[in-house]
Amino acid sequence: MTRRRTLAVGLEILVPVLLLFGWQLYTVHAHSFKFPRLSTILVDFKKEWLFAHVGSDLVPSLERIGAGFAIATLVGIALGVLLGMSTVLRRIATPHIEYWRAMPPPALLPISIILLHSIQNRQKVAFIAFFCVFPVLLNTIDAVRGIDPTLIDTARSYRVPWQQRVWRIVLPSALPQIVAGMRNSLALAVIMMVLSEYFSSSSGVGYQLLISKNTFQFGPMWAAIVLIGLLGYLLNALFLLIERRLLAWHRGWRAATPQ
Amino acid sequence: MSILEIKELGKTYGTGPRATHAVGRVTFDVEEREFVCVVGPSGCGKTTLLKGIGGLLEPTRGEVLVNGQRVTEPPPETALVFQEYGRSLMPWTSVRSNVLLPLRHKKLDRAERGRLVEEAVEAVGLTRFLDHYPWQLSGGMQQRVAIARALAYQPAILLMDEPFASVDAQTRGDLEDLILRVREEFGITILFVTHDIDESVYLADRVIVLTHSPTEVKEIVPVPLPQPRDQIATKASPEFVELRAHVQRLIRVERVPASV
Repeated sequence: MTRRRTLAVGLEILVPVLLLFGWQLYTVHAHSFKFPRLSTILVDFKKEWLFAHVGSDLVPSLERIGAGFAIATLVGIALGVLLGMSTVLRRIATPHIEYWRAMPPPALLPISIILLHSIQNRQKVAFIAFFCVFPVLLNTIDAVRGIDPTLIDTARSYRVPWQQRVWRIVLPSALPQIVAGMRNSLALAVIMMVLSEYFSSSSGVGYQLLISKNTFQFGPMWAAIVLIGLLGYLLNALFLLIERRLLAWHRGWRAATPQ
Repeated sequence: MSILEIKELGKTYGTGPRATHAVGRVTFDVEEREFVCVVGPSGCGKTTLLKGIGGLLEPTRGEVLVNGQRVTEPPPETALVFQEYGRSLMPWTSVRSNVLLPLRHKKLDRAERGRLVEEAVEAVGLTRFLDHYPWQLSGGMQQRVAIARALAYQPAILLMDEPFASVDAQTRGDLEDLILRVREEFGITILFVTHDIDESVYLADRVIVLTHSPTEVKEIVPVPLPQPRDQIATKASPEFVELRAHVQRLIRVERVPASV
Protein backbone atom coordinates (compact mmCIF):
# COMPACT_ATOMS: atom_id res chain seq x y z
CA MET A 1 0.00 0.00 0.00
CA THR A 2 2.72 2.47 1.00
CA ARG A 3 4.79 1.46 -2.04
CA ARG A 4 1.84 2.13 -4.31
CA ARG A 5 1.32 5.45 -2.59
CA THR A 6 4.97 6.40 -3.02
CA LEU A 7 4.68 5.48 -6.68
CA ALA A 8 1.52 7.60 -7.06
CA VAL A 9 3.11 10.64 -5.43
CA GLY A 10 6.25 10.12 -7.51
CA LEU A 11 4.21 10.09 -10.71
CA GLU A 12 2.26 13.13 -9.60
CA ILE A 13 5.55 15.04 -9.52
CA LEU A 14 7.29 13.26 -12.37
CA VAL A 15 4.61 13.74 -15.04
CA PRO A 16 4.48 17.56 -14.83
CA VAL A 17 8.28 17.72 -14.75
CA LEU A 18 8.46 15.61 -17.91
CA LEU A 19 5.82 17.76 -19.60
CA LEU A 20 7.72 20.93 -18.74
CA PHE A 21 10.94 19.34 -19.94
CA GLY A 22 9.18 18.43 -23.21
CA TRP A 23 7.97 22.01 -23.54
CA GLN A 24 11.49 23.33 -23.07
CA LEU A 25 12.89 20.82 -25.56
CA TYR A 26 10.28 21.74 -28.14
CA THR A 27 10.56 25.51 -27.69
CA VAL A 28 14.35 25.51 -27.86
CA HIS A 29 14.13 24.08 -31.35
CA ALA A 30 10.92 25.73 -32.50
CA HIS A 31 12.21 29.33 -32.30
CA SER A 32 8.61 30.52 -32.32
CA PHE A 33 8.01 33.86 -30.62
CA LYS A 34 4.45 32.76 -29.79
CA PHE A 35 5.86 29.82 -27.85
CA PRO A 36 8.79 31.21 -25.89
CA ARG A 37 11.15 28.85 -24.16
CA LEU A 38 10.14 27.63 -20.76
CA SER A 39 13.30 29.22 -19.41
CA THR A 40 12.26 32.56 -20.94
CA ILE A 41 8.79 32.25 -19.42
CA LEU A 42 10.31 31.52 -16.02
CA VAL A 43 12.65 34.51 -16.29
CA ASP A 44 9.69 36.70 -17.25
CA PHE A 45 7.64 35.18 -14.45
CA LYS A 46 10.35 36.12 -11.98
CA LYS A 47 10.62 39.61 -13.43
CA GLU A 48 6.87 40.24 -13.47
CA TRP A 49 5.52 38.34 -10.51
CA LEU A 50 8.42 38.04 -8.02
CA PHE A 51 7.43 40.60 -6.88
CA ALA A 52 7.13 43.64 -9.16
CA HIS A 53 3.40 43.31 -9.89
CA VAL A 54 2.35 41.57 -6.75
CA GLY A 55 1.20 44.71 -4.96
CA SER A 56 -0.15 46.47 -8.04
CA ASP A 57 -1.93 43.54 -9.72
CA LEU A 58 -1.92 40.22 -7.84
CA VAL A 59 -3.20 41.68 -4.58
CA PRO A 60 -6.12 43.53 -6.24
CA SER A 61 -7.07 40.35 -8.09
CA LEU A 62 -6.99 38.32 -4.89
CA GLU A 63 -9.04 40.97 -3.10
CA ARG A 64 -11.68 40.81 -5.81
CA ILE A 65 -11.82 37.03 -5.69
CA GLY A 66 -11.98 37.09 -1.91
CA ALA A 67 -14.73 39.71 -1.65
CA GLY A 68 -16.77 38.31 -4.53
CA PHE A 69 -16.53 34.77 -3.22
CA ALA A 70 -17.39 35.85 0.33
CA ILE A 71 -20.46 37.79 -0.77
CA ALA A 72 -21.57 34.94 -3.04
CA THR A 73 -21.19 32.43 -0.20
CA LEU A 74 -23.15 34.48 2.33
CA VAL A 75 -25.93 35.40 -0.09
CA GLY A 76 -26.06 31.87 -1.50
CA ILE A 77 -26.36 30.22 1.90
CA ALA A 78 -28.87 32.73 3.32
CA LEU A 79 -31.07 32.65 0.24
CA GLY A 80 -30.62 28.91 -0.15
CA VAL A 81 -31.78 28.16 3.40
CA LEU A 82 -34.82 30.38 2.88
CA LEU A 83 -35.74 28.82 -0.46
CA GLY A 84 -34.95 25.33 0.75
CA MET A 85 -37.35 25.68 3.66
CA SER A 86 -40.22 27.41 1.85
CA THR A 87 -41.95 25.62 -1.01
CA VAL A 88 -43.83 28.78 -2.00
CA LEU A 89 -40.73 30.99 -2.18
CA ARG A 90 -38.88 28.26 -4.04
CA ARG A 91 -41.62 28.01 -6.63
CA ILE A 92 -41.54 31.78 -7.15
CA ALA A 93 -37.74 32.01 -7.32
CA THR A 94 -36.84 28.99 -9.43
CA PRO A 95 -37.55 30.43 -12.91
CA HIS A 96 -35.50 33.53 -12.06
CA ILE A 97 -32.61 31.46 -10.80
CA GLU A 98 -32.67 29.26 -13.88
CA TYR A 99 -32.82 32.30 -16.19
CA TRP A 100 -29.83 34.11 -14.74
CA ARG A 101 -27.87 30.93 -14.20
CA ALA A 102 -28.10 30.19 -17.91
CA MET A 103 -26.78 33.68 -18.79
CA PRO A 104 -23.26 33.56 -20.28
CA PRO A 105 -21.15 35.81 -18.01
CA PRO A 106 -19.57 37.91 -20.81
CA ALA A 107 -23.06 39.02 -21.84
CA LEU A 108 -23.38 40.94 -18.58
CA LEU A 109 -19.94 42.56 -18.62
CA PRO A 110 -20.90 45.76 -20.50
CA ILE A 111 -24.07 46.36 -18.52
CA SER A 112 -22.26 45.75 -15.24
CA ILE A 113 -19.85 48.58 -16.03
CA ILE A 114 -22.66 50.94 -17.02
CA LEU A 115 -24.90 50.12 -14.10
CA LEU A 116 -22.15 50.36 -11.51
CA HIS A 117 -20.31 53.33 -13.06
CA SER A 118 -17.11 51.53 -12.37
CA ILE A 119 -14.33 49.44 -13.80
CA GLN A 120 -12.81 49.23 -10.34
CA ASN A 121 -13.37 46.89 -7.44
CA ARG A 122 -17.07 47.67 -7.12
CA GLN A 123 -17.86 46.31 -10.55
CA LYS A 124 -15.37 43.44 -10.39
CA VAL A 125 -16.58 42.21 -7.01
CA ALA A 126 -20.23 42.51 -8.02
CA PHE A 127 -19.59 40.63 -11.25
CA ILE A 128 -17.71 37.81 -9.52
CA ALA A 129 -20.28 37.58 -6.72
CA PHE A 130 -23.23 37.49 -9.10
CA PHE A 131 -22.05 34.42 -10.97
CA CYS A 132 -20.48 32.66 -7.99
CA VAL A 133 -23.74 32.75 -6.08
CA PHE A 134 -25.37 30.04 -8.17
CA PRO A 135 -23.38 26.92 -7.23
CA VAL A 136 -23.68 27.78 -3.52
CA LEU A 137 -27.35 28.71 -3.83
CA LEU A 138 -28.42 25.60 -5.74
CA ASN A 139 -26.44 23.25 -3.51
CA THR A 140 -27.83 24.89 -0.38
CA ILE A 141 -31.43 24.63 -1.60
CA ASP A 142 -30.91 20.99 -2.48
CA ALA A 143 -29.22 20.17 0.82
CA VAL A 144 -31.85 21.92 2.94
CA ARG A 145 -34.64 20.12 1.10
CA GLY A 146 -32.86 16.82 1.68
CA ILE A 147 -32.56 17.09 5.45
CA ASP A 148 -33.78 13.98 7.21
CA PRO A 149 -37.41 14.56 8.32
CA THR A 150 -36.69 12.56 11.50
CA LEU A 151 -34.19 15.22 12.52
CA ILE A 152 -36.71 17.98 11.87
CA ASP A 153 -39.40 16.08 13.81
CA THR A 154 -36.94 15.65 16.68
CA ALA A 155 -36.30 19.39 16.81
CA ARG A 156 -40.02 20.14 16.58
CA SER A 157 -40.95 17.72 19.35
CA TYR A 158 -38.35 19.37 21.62
CA ARG A 159 -39.79 22.76 20.70
CA VAL A 160 -36.42 24.01 19.47
CA PRO A 161 -37.02 27.60 18.27
CA TRP A 162 -36.55 28.27 14.55
CA GLN A 163 -33.33 30.30 14.87
CA GLN A 164 -31.69 27.40 16.68
CA ARG A 165 -33.20 24.94 14.25
CA VAL A 166 -31.52 26.78 11.38
CA TRP A 167 -28.24 27.28 13.20
CA ARG A 168 -27.89 23.93 14.97
CA ILE A 169 -29.63 21.54 12.60
CA VAL A 170 -30.29 22.88 9.11
CA LEU A 171 -26.92 24.51 8.48
CA PRO A 172 -24.64 21.77 9.87
CA SER A 173 -26.71 19.13 8.15
CA ALA A 174 -26.47 20.95 4.82
CA LEU A 175 -22.81 21.91 5.25
CA PRO A 176 -21.16 19.09 3.25
CA GLN A 177 -23.21 19.96 0.18
CA ILE A 178 -22.82 23.71 0.72
CA VAL A 179 -19.05 23.30 0.87
CA ALA A 180 -19.11 21.31 -2.39
CA GLY A 181 -20.95 24.24 -3.97
CA MET A 182 -18.46 26.70 -2.53
CA ARG A 183 -15.61 24.81 -4.12
CA ASN A 184 -17.24 25.16 -7.54
CA SER A 185 -17.82 28.85 -6.83
CA LEU A 186 -14.20 29.40 -5.95
CA ALA A 187 -13.05 27.99 -9.29
CA LEU A 188 -15.67 30.16 -10.97
CA ALA A 189 -14.41 33.22 -9.07
CA VAL A 190 -10.96 32.89 -10.65
CA ILE A 191 -12.54 32.71 -14.11
CA MET A 192 -14.76 35.72 -13.45
CA MET A 193 -11.80 37.68 -12.08
CA VAL A 194 -9.72 37.13 -15.23
CA LEU A 195 -12.69 37.77 -17.49
CA SER A 196 -13.71 41.04 -15.89
CA GLU A 197 -10.15 42.33 -15.62
CA TYR A 198 -9.34 41.39 -19.18
CA PHE A 199 -12.43 43.16 -20.49
CA SER A 200 -11.85 46.48 -18.78
CA SER A 201 -9.59 47.33 -15.92
CA SER A 202 -6.60 49.31 -14.78
CA SER A 203 -5.07 46.67 -12.57
CA GLY A 204 -5.09 42.95 -11.91
CA VAL A 205 -3.71 39.73 -13.30
CA GLY A 206 -6.23 39.75 -16.14
CA TYR A 207 -5.23 43.33 -16.95
CA GLN A 208 -1.56 42.32 -17.19
CA LEU A 209 -2.59 39.53 -19.54
CA LEU A 210 -4.33 42.06 -21.76
CA ILE A 211 -1.41 44.54 -21.70
CA SER A 212 1.14 41.92 -22.66
CA LYS A 213 -1.10 40.69 -25.48
CA ASN A 214 -1.61 44.20 -26.82
CA THR A 215 2.14 44.91 -26.72
CA PHE A 216 3.07 41.51 -28.24
CA GLN A 217 5.06 40.51 -25.17
CA PHE A 218 4.53 36.78 -25.28
CA GLY A 219 6.91 35.95 -22.45
CA PRO A 220 4.98 38.02 -19.87
CA MET A 221 1.72 36.80 -21.35
CA TRP A 222 2.73 33.19 -20.76
CA ALA A 223 3.97 34.17 -17.31
CA ALA A 224 0.51 35.55 -16.53
CA ILE A 225 -1.09 32.33 -17.77
CA VAL A 226 1.21 30.33 -15.52
CA LEU A 227 0.30 32.57 -12.59
CA ILE A 228 -3.46 32.24 -13.19
CA GLY A 229 -3.14 28.47 -13.37
CA LEU A 230 -1.16 28.38 -10.15
CA LEU A 231 -3.66 30.66 -8.49
CA GLY A 232 -6.59 28.37 -9.28
CA TYR A 233 -4.64 25.30 -8.23
CA LEU A 234 -3.46 26.75 -4.92
CA LEU A 235 -6.83 28.24 -3.99
CA ASN A 236 -8.44 24.86 -4.55
CA ALA A 237 -5.75 23.12 -2.50
CA LEU A 238 -6.20 25.61 0.34
CA PHE A 239 -9.94 25.11 0.22
CA LEU A 240 -9.59 21.32 0.37
CA LEU A 241 -7.37 21.69 3.41
CA ILE A 242 -10.02 23.73 5.22
CA GLU A 243 -12.77 21.38 4.07
CA ARG A 244 -10.97 18.36 5.50
CA ARG A 245 -10.88 19.98 8.93
CA LEU A 246 -14.40 21.37 8.78
CA LEU A 247 -16.00 18.15 7.60
CA ALA A 248 -13.96 15.58 9.49
CA TRP A 249 -17.20 14.36 11.11
CA HIS A 250 -18.74 13.81 7.71
CA ARG A 251 -16.05 11.42 6.53
CA GLY A 252 -16.19 9.48 9.81
CA TRP A 253 -19.97 9.34 9.73
CA ARG A 254 -20.10 8.17 6.13
CA ALA A 255 -17.52 5.50 6.82
CA ALA A 256 -19.47 4.32 9.88
CA THR A 257 -22.96 4.36 8.32
CA PRO A 258 -24.01 2.16 5.44
CA GLN A 259 -25.58 4.72 3.10
CA MET B 1 -57.83 13.52 35.60
CA SER B 2 -55.40 11.37 33.63
CA ILE B 3 -52.11 12.87 32.56
CA LEU B 4 -52.76 11.86 28.95
CA GLU B 5 -56.19 11.48 27.35
CA ILE B 6 -56.69 10.39 23.77
CA LYS B 7 -60.27 11.03 22.67
CA GLU B 8 -61.64 9.56 19.44
CA LEU B 9 -58.39 10.40 17.68
CA GLY B 10 -58.46 9.84 13.92
CA LYS B 11 -56.23 10.64 10.98
CA THR B 12 -57.23 10.43 7.34
CA TYR B 13 -54.83 11.19 4.50
CA GLY B 14 -56.41 12.63 1.38
CA THR B 15 -60.12 13.02 0.66
CA GLY B 16 -62.90 11.33 -1.28
CA PRO B 17 -62.76 7.75 -2.51
CA ARG B 18 -58.94 7.73 -2.47
CA ALA B 19 -58.66 8.74 1.18
CA THR B 20 -56.54 6.55 3.45
CA HIS B 21 -57.95 6.10 6.92
CA ALA B 22 -54.72 5.54 8.83
CA VAL B 23 -56.21 5.93 12.30
CA GLY B 24 -59.95 5.40 12.71
CA ARG B 25 -61.13 6.31 16.18
CA VAL B 26 -58.80 5.70 19.08
CA THR B 27 -59.69 6.42 22.69
CA PHE B 28 -57.69 5.61 25.81
CA ASP B 29 -56.16 7.29 28.87
CA VAL B 30 -52.74 7.01 30.44
CA GLU B 31 -52.36 7.60 34.17
CA GLU B 32 -49.46 9.42 35.75
CA ARG B 33 -46.36 7.22 36.14
CA GLU B 34 -48.00 4.45 34.17
CA PHE B 35 -46.19 2.38 31.55
CA VAL B 36 -48.54 1.75 28.65
CA CYS B 37 -47.60 -0.25 25.57
CA VAL B 38 -49.46 0.02 22.29
CA VAL B 39 -49.32 -3.03 20.02
CA GLY B 40 -51.05 -3.73 16.77
CA PRO B 41 -50.71 -5.58 13.50
CA SER B 42 -48.13 -4.29 11.00
CA GLY B 43 -49.16 -1.13 9.20
CA CYS B 44 -51.95 -0.28 11.61
CA GLY B 45 -50.91 3.35 11.94
CA LYS B 46 -49.04 3.10 15.24
CA THR B 47 -46.50 5.73 14.23
CA THR B 48 -49.25 8.03 12.93
CA LEU B 49 -51.03 7.65 16.24
CA LEU B 50 -47.92 8.49 18.23
CA LYS B 51 -47.09 11.51 16.08
CA GLY B 52 -50.64 12.71 16.62
CA ILE B 53 -50.25 12.33 20.38
CA GLY B 54 -46.87 14.09 20.27
CA GLY B 55 -48.33 17.08 18.44
CA LEU B 56 -46.27 16.50 15.28
CA LEU B 57 -49.29 15.61 13.19
CA GLU B 58 -52.65 17.33 13.18
CA PRO B 59 -55.43 14.79 13.66
CA THR B 60 -58.47 14.91 11.38
CA ARG B 61 -60.75 13.89 14.21
CA GLY B 62 -60.78 13.91 17.99
CA GLU B 63 -58.25 15.39 20.35
CA VAL B 64 -55.35 14.69 22.67
CA LEU B 65 -55.22 16.22 26.15
CA VAL B 66 -52.07 16.49 28.23
CA ASN B 67 -52.91 17.47 31.81
CA GLY B 68 -56.29 18.54 30.49
CA GLN B 69 -54.74 20.87 27.87
CA ARG B 70 -55.57 20.24 24.25
CA VAL B 71 -52.50 19.41 22.12
CA THR B 72 -52.12 21.61 19.02
CA GLU B 73 -48.32 21.59 18.81
CA PRO B 74 -45.65 19.46 20.53
CA PRO B 75 -46.40 20.00 24.22
CA PRO B 76 -43.56 20.85 26.63
CA GLU B 77 -44.46 17.85 28.80
CA THR B 78 -43.62 15.23 26.18
CA ALA B 79 -40.41 13.92 24.64
CA LEU B 80 -40.38 11.58 21.66
CA VAL B 81 -37.84 8.82 20.99
CA PHE B 82 -37.84 7.55 17.41
CA GLN B 83 -37.02 4.13 16.08
CA GLU B 84 -34.32 5.45 13.75
CA TYR B 85 -31.69 6.53 16.29
CA GLY B 86 -29.17 6.95 13.47
CA ARG B 87 -31.37 9.59 11.90
CA SER B 88 -32.60 11.43 14.98
CA LEU B 89 -29.10 12.09 16.35
CA MET B 90 -26.90 14.83 14.88
CA PRO B 91 -23.80 13.18 13.39
CA TRP B 92 -21.77 16.42 13.32
CA THR B 93 -21.58 16.90 17.03
CA SER B 94 -20.76 15.06 20.25
CA VAL B 95 -23.01 12.97 22.48
CA ARG B 96 -22.91 15.82 25.00
CA SER B 97 -24.07 18.37 22.47
CA ASN B 98 -26.78 16.04 21.16
CA VAL B 99 -28.18 15.62 24.66
CA LEU B 100 -27.91 19.37 25.21
CA LEU B 101 -30.04 20.20 22.15
CA PRO B 102 -33.44 20.29 23.89
CA LEU B 103 -32.03 22.25 26.85
CA ARG B 104 -30.45 25.16 24.99
CA HIS B 105 -33.68 27.09 24.74
CA LYS B 106 -34.89 26.26 28.25
CA LYS B 107 -34.52 28.94 30.89
CA LEU B 108 -31.70 27.29 32.81
CA ASP B 109 -28.26 28.45 33.77
CA ARG B 110 -25.17 26.85 32.32
CA ALA B 111 -24.35 24.74 35.35
CA GLU B 112 -27.89 23.44 35.55
CA ARG B 113 -27.81 22.44 31.88
CA GLY B 114 -24.52 20.66 32.33
CA ARG B 115 -25.84 18.83 35.36
CA LEU B 116 -28.98 17.65 33.54
CA VAL B 117 -26.92 16.39 30.61
CA GLU B 118 -24.51 14.52 32.82
CA GLU B 119 -27.27 12.99 34.94
CA ALA B 120 -29.17 11.81 31.90
CA VAL B 121 -26.09 10.36 30.24
CA GLU B 122 -25.12 8.65 33.46
CA ALA B 123 -28.60 7.13 33.78
CA VAL B 124 -28.06 5.37 30.45
CA GLY B 125 -24.48 4.41 31.34
CA LEU B 126 -22.65 6.41 28.67
CA THR B 127 -20.65 8.87 30.78
CA ARG B 128 -17.40 7.64 29.21
CA PHE B 129 -18.70 8.52 25.77
CA LEU B 130 -19.84 12.11 26.36
CA ASP B 131 -17.32 13.50 23.91
CA HIS B 132 -17.67 10.83 21.23
CA TYR B 133 -19.60 11.33 18.03
CA PRO B 134 -22.82 9.26 17.98
CA TRP B 135 -21.67 7.27 14.96
CA GLN B 136 -18.65 6.07 16.88
CA LEU B 137 -21.05 4.11 19.11
CA SER B 138 -22.97 0.89 18.48
CA GLY B 139 -26.66 0.96 17.55
CA GLY B 140 -27.85 0.15 21.05
CA MET B 141 -25.61 2.86 22.51
CA GLN B 142 -26.91 5.39 20.01
CA GLN B 143 -30.45 4.64 21.08
CA ARG B 144 -29.34 5.15 24.66
CA VAL B 145 -28.07 8.59 23.66
CA ALA B 146 -31.50 9.36 22.22
CA ILE B 147 -33.08 8.21 25.50
CA ALA B 148 -30.65 10.35 27.50
CA ARG B 149 -31.59 13.35 25.38
CA ALA B 150 -35.25 12.72 26.12
CA LEU B 151 -34.55 12.37 29.87
CA ALA B 152 -32.48 15.55 30.00
CA TYR B 153 -35.51 17.40 28.66
CA GLN B 154 -37.32 16.36 31.89
CA PRO B 155 -40.58 15.34 30.27
CA ALA B 156 -43.58 14.18 32.26
CA ILE B 157 -44.43 11.79 29.43
CA LEU B 158 -42.01 9.84 27.31
CA LEU B 159 -43.38 8.76 23.93
CA MET B 160 -41.43 5.95 22.30
CA ASP B 161 -41.95 4.78 18.74
CA GLU B 162 -40.65 1.21 18.36
CA PRO B 163 -37.39 2.37 19.91
CA PHE B 164 -35.76 -1.06 20.11
CA ALA B 165 -36.88 -2.44 16.77
CA SER B 166 -33.53 -1.96 15.02
CA VAL B 167 -31.17 -3.50 17.58
CA ASP B 168 -30.19 -7.12 18.15
CA ALA B 169 -32.09 -9.31 20.62
CA GLN B 170 -29.54 -9.18 23.42
CA THR B 171 -29.16 -5.40 23.29
CA ARG B 172 -32.91 -5.17 23.15
CA GLY B 173 -33.29 -7.01 26.45
CA ASP B 174 -30.72 -4.68 28.03
CA LEU B 175 -32.52 -1.61 26.73
CA GLU B 176 -35.87 -2.90 28.00
CA ASP B 177 -34.45 -3.27 31.48
CA LEU B 178 -32.81 0.13 31.17
CA ILE B 179 -36.09 1.83 30.35
CA LEU B 180 -37.84 0.10 33.27
CA ARG B 181 -35.11 1.30 35.63
CA VAL B 182 -35.16 4.83 34.21
CA ARG B 183 -38.91 4.98 34.63
CA GLU B 184 -38.52 4.22 38.35
CA GLU B 185 -35.61 6.60 38.76
CA PHE B 186 -37.18 9.57 36.97
CA GLY B 187 -40.80 8.82 37.84
CA ILE B 188 -42.05 9.41 34.30
CA THR B 189 -45.08 8.23 32.39
CA ILE B 190 -44.25 6.15 29.33
CA LEU B 191 -46.28 5.46 26.21
CA PHE B 192 -44.42 2.84 24.24
CA VAL B 193 -45.38 1.74 20.72
CA THR B 194 -44.10 -1.64 19.57
CA HIS B 195 -44.97 -4.51 17.25
CA ASP B 196 -43.28 -6.99 19.56
CA ILE B 197 -45.84 -8.75 21.78
CA ASP B 198 -43.25 -10.14 24.25
CA GLU B 199 -41.81 -6.70 24.68
CA SER B 200 -45.19 -5.08 25.29
CA VAL B 201 -46.23 -7.58 27.98
CA TYR B 202 -42.79 -7.51 29.61
CA LEU B 203 -42.67 -3.72 29.92
CA ALA B 204 -46.23 -2.56 30.43
CA ASP B 205 -48.69 -1.99 33.22
CA ARG B 206 -51.35 -2.10 30.51
CA VAL B 207 -51.19 -3.21 26.89
CA ILE B 208 -53.43 -1.48 24.39
CA VAL B 209 -54.14 -3.76 21.45
CA LEU B 210 -55.12 -2.02 18.22
CA THR B 211 -57.11 -3.28 15.27
CA HIS B 212 -55.80 -3.04 11.73
CA SER B 213 -56.37 0.16 9.75
CA PRO B 214 -58.54 2.19 10.20
CA THR B 215 -57.23 1.72 13.69
CA GLU B 216 -59.37 1.42 16.78
CA VAL B 217 -58.67 0.05 20.25
CA LYS B 218 -59.49 -3.66 20.24
CA GLU B 219 -58.84 -4.40 23.86
CA ILE B 220 -56.99 -2.98 26.82
CA VAL B 221 -55.12 -5.76 28.62
CA PRO B 222 -53.98 -5.10 32.22
CA VAL B 223 -50.62 -6.69 33.06
CA PRO B 224 -50.59 -7.51 36.78
CA LEU B 225 -47.09 -9.03 36.70
CA PRO B 226 -44.98 -8.16 39.76
CA GLN B 227 -42.28 -5.47 39.65
CA PRO B 228 -39.34 -5.43 39.22
CA ARG B 229 -39.48 -7.55 36.11
CA ASP B 230 -36.76 -9.93 35.10
CA GLN B 231 -35.90 -11.06 31.60
CA ILE B 232 -35.74 -14.73 32.56
CA ALA B 233 -38.03 -15.16 35.60
CA THR B 234 -40.83 -12.90 34.38
CA LYS B 235 -40.83 -14.29 30.87
CA ALA B 236 -40.91 -17.87 32.23
CA SER B 237 -43.84 -17.24 34.57
CA PRO B 238 -47.20 -18.83 33.64
CA GLU B 239 -48.93 -15.43 33.96
CA PHE B 240 -46.58 -13.91 31.40
CA VAL B 241 -47.05 -16.81 29.00
CA GLU B 242 -50.82 -16.60 29.38
CA LEU B 243 -50.92 -12.83 28.79
CA ARG B 244 -48.64 -13.07 25.79
CA ALA B 245 -50.82 -15.76 24.24
CA HIS B 246 -53.89 -13.65 24.86
CA VAL B 247 -52.41 -10.58 23.14
CA GLN B 248 -51.13 -12.74 20.32
CA ARG B 249 -54.60 -14.19 19.70
CA LEU B 250 -56.07 -10.69 19.62
CA ILE B 251 -53.58 -9.57 17.01
CA ARG B 252 -53.78 -12.71 14.87
CA VAL B 253 -57.49 -12.22 14.37
CA GLU B 254 -56.65 -8.72 13.19
CA ARG B 255 -54.25 -9.73 10.47
CA VAL B 256 -55.65 -9.02 7.03
CA PRO B 257 -55.97 -12.46 5.36
CA ALA B 258 -54.85 -11.13 1.98
CA SER B 259 -51.55 -9.96 3.41
CA VAL B 260 -50.55 -13.34 4.83
